[in-house]
Amino acid sequence: MPDLKPIRDGFGEGLLELGASNPRVVALSGDLEDSTRAIWFKQKYPNRFISVGIAEQDMVAMAAGLALAGKIPFACSFSTFLTGKAWEQIRLAVCYQQANVKLIGSHGGLSVGADGATAESLEEFTTLRALPHLTVLAPCDAIEAKKATLAAAAHVGPVFLRLGRNPMPLLTQADTPFTIGRAHVLHDGEDVALIATGIMVNYALQAAALLQAQHVSARVINCPTVKPLDRATILAAARETGALVTAEEHTVLGGLGGAVAELVVQEHPVPMRLVGIQDRFGTSGSPDELLRAFGLTPEAITAAALDVVKHKTHARPQPTLRR
Amino acid sequence: MIAHAGSGHPGGSLSMVELLVGLYYDKLRHDPQRPEWPERDLFLLSKGHGCPALYAVLADRGYFPKTELQTLRRYPTRLQGHPERWSPPGVEIAAGSLGLGLSMANGFAWAAKADGLRRRIYCVMGDGEMQEGQVWEAAMTAAHHHLDNVCGIVDANGVQQNAPVAQVKNIEPLAQKWTACGWHALEINGHDITQVLEAYDAAERTTGQPTVVIARTVKGKGVSFMEGQPGWHGVAPTTEQLAKALAELNHA
Repeated sequence: MPDLKPIRDGFGEGLLELGASNPRVVALSGDLEDSTRAIWFKQKYPNRFISVGIAEQDMVAMAAGLALAGKIPFACSFSTFLTGKAWEQIRLAVCYQQANVKLIGSHGGLSVGADGATAESLEEFTTLRALPHLTVLAPCDAIEAKKATLAAAAHVGPVFLRLGRNPMPLLTQADTPFTIGRAHVLHDGEDVALIATGIMVNYALQAAALLQAQHVSARVINCPTVKPLDRATILAAARETGALVTAEEHTVLGGLGGAVAELVVQEHPVPMRLVGIQDRFGTSGSPDELLRAFGLTPEAITAAALDVVKHKTHARPQPTLRR
Repeated sequence: MIAHAGSGHPGGSLSMVELLVGLYYDKLRHDPQRPEWPERDLFLLSKGHGCPALYAVLADRGYFPKTELQTLRRYPTRLQGHPERWSPPGVEIAAGSLGLGLSMANGFAWAAKADGLRRRIYCVMGDGEMQEGQVWEAAMTAAHHHLDNVCGIVDANGVQQNAPVAQVKNIEPLAQKWTACGWHALEINGHDITQVLEAYDAAERTTGQPTVVIARTVKGKGVSFMEGQPGWHGVAPTTEQLAKALAELNHA
């Protein structure tokens, strides 16, 4: 069993490191710095921490002003409040002006659990992916989250970073490469590719093991950059496996699955299944209960993979024939 | 410009002319030959629909050729119908969705203080814009962080797109609202250039809190058939109306 650590802690550590290494970095918080882990930065660098109160729209537009004045502002809140309430500020003040703002959305997906639908964040890939100039990141573990935080600061331009709240297995190592815009094959396979982001990468790896037991060879791709997509890695998977399953803790309408579908339908159409949340709001419950109830499990990914390989159109021999 | 473009917002452009003249010809520390001078004072137009007045002033001060004014709103042009940042040089922020400018001003102001720069940040808002909640979020932020290098300016021309502001949704008492948010509030006649300049000076002398200049103005100022008329919020004049308007303005 790998070690567990909340993805948001990786951000908190990364921001703290940036405090020491980059004097241009400042943090803004909407009274949630304890939850987002920006509080670690606040405690060490109080003069570079800006409390804006419960005012996400003001926070995002102020961050744009700071960025245009040369700072590298990290604006931190719950993902749904940050990206929902302040979407237009992200559009106009951040993206249209290409302001060098880093948007940190913690408690993405169902991870806030018991707090229920209003605090859960299931739509931000869709709403943010439509904005020009914005990079959208969703790391799969705390180690990758720290790397993504450092990479976001180094990247010139707007970045959104989606974090989960709960302890999750560490899937990557300190020396695992992380580059914005790159997806990575964690486990190779030839019958189907499982393309996952955020916490679903863990479940995709588990699904690959379940599929192996059924003699289906699954490639697992960790896709921490939802925008811009790693076209080469995804198209290679489409060509080489002929069947794709995407997995995200997010609505299936326009998220990672939508992005992958937009690409492959134009470049190399193959049968595809989208594992995610089916056009509904969240609800209260423990995060694990909710993931099961919403079909975000290794078993659901496995079932989708078994279904999609049946619909493959390529001449590749069916897995059952190679037994 | 607006007549040539065939669309635009003459009323809210004319109401803030003296507010811009006071800045660009007197108060602002700026250099049209070096628009990116890092220590320049900043002018942020939050009521983006008034940009024809800003473009005219910037061109007159030499930021770009006056001949370019006739390209307003015509593809391809740097003079967007609502402003795009740095298009042309001198336009500091994008605007057109109301309520965002003061928050951006606070960001510039916080950074200036952190960097030890004595630059001042001026932000013109509309009075209809006072109905946007984000304005008051930003008002509280500026006061909380003692951003005395921010000078908010409300072009209180009393009229918004459909009707007088008092009919659409009352925003008064405006000075008391800003004062209650922790601001130093001044109320002036926004067409009296002496009062305008005195207000900017008073704002600069104020320490520990931001200042807002509530400039009482007339929408469509200087053109008899436009003054105070909601119908002239977002409509371009015809050729005949333009001739009459220019004749009146030239004799003022």
